[in-house]
Amino acid sequence: MVLSILHRMTGLVLALGLCALVYWLLSAAAGERSYGQAAGLLSGWPLRALLYAWLASFCYHFLNGLRHLAWDAGFGLERTHARRSGRLVVVLAVVAFLIAAWVLFFSRAGAP
Amino acid sequence: MSLRSPLAVVLGRGAAGEGAAHWWAQRASALALVPLTLWFLLALSRLPLDDFVAVTLWMSNGANALWLALLVVLLCLHSRLGVQVVIEDYVHGVGSKFTALLLNNAAHLLLAAAGLYALMRVAIRTQA
Repeated sequence: MVLSILHRMTGLVLALGLCALVYWLLSAAAGERSYGQAAGLLSGWPLRALLYAWLASFCYHFLNGLRHLAWDAGFGLERTHARRSGRLVVVLAVVAFLIAAWVLFFSRAGAP
Repeated sequence: MSLRSPLAVVLGRGAAGEGAAHWWAQRASALALVPLTLWFLLALSRLPLDDFVAVTLWMSNGANALWLALLVVLLCLHSRLGVQVVIEDYVHGVGSKFTALLLNNAAHLLLAAAGLYALMRVAIRTQA
């Protein structure tokens, strides 16, 4: 129940993230100066916090989406299975977020 | 015997018959986005993101440009379908629902067109 509404909420958050992805592509198309501006903007704090939010939302939406696809295929619909997979998705999403955030933002120089 | 109420028959506001297509498109795009989004995040983790030349060179590389175009189109489609369901469930009133659905379609169409235009321009500039 809670996880289902969270799927929708993270989906809406990711729809806004789509705007950022397109902005990044457009800035690259506009040339080196605007790309530098976009990269600077994305590594500054307000947008950087949003990048974390998008990454976290993606991790959850991705994993819970797999759960929904399994349900649609007819797997894991029993109540105990659904409860267990729900807990698993939350734990895996946290782990995936921590790993992805470390790889994308902290493990190298020049990251946003 | 029809299960539709007399009022529904008179008003002609029954199901448009497109529900199944919407449902399938949402699932199919989700399935296709599984490998595409993983590929994209993996590529981002290897790219020096503050290096304009390296990034545009990567974007314009043949296979990458194709996958990126597919990623943008499928993300816009999947997002459009998802936001549409949220609007249908939470926006009440015929007028505001209609307006919200129209804006949703327009916004996602614009995003897809802008993304593809950007990829095309990067590819042409970098290869030239």
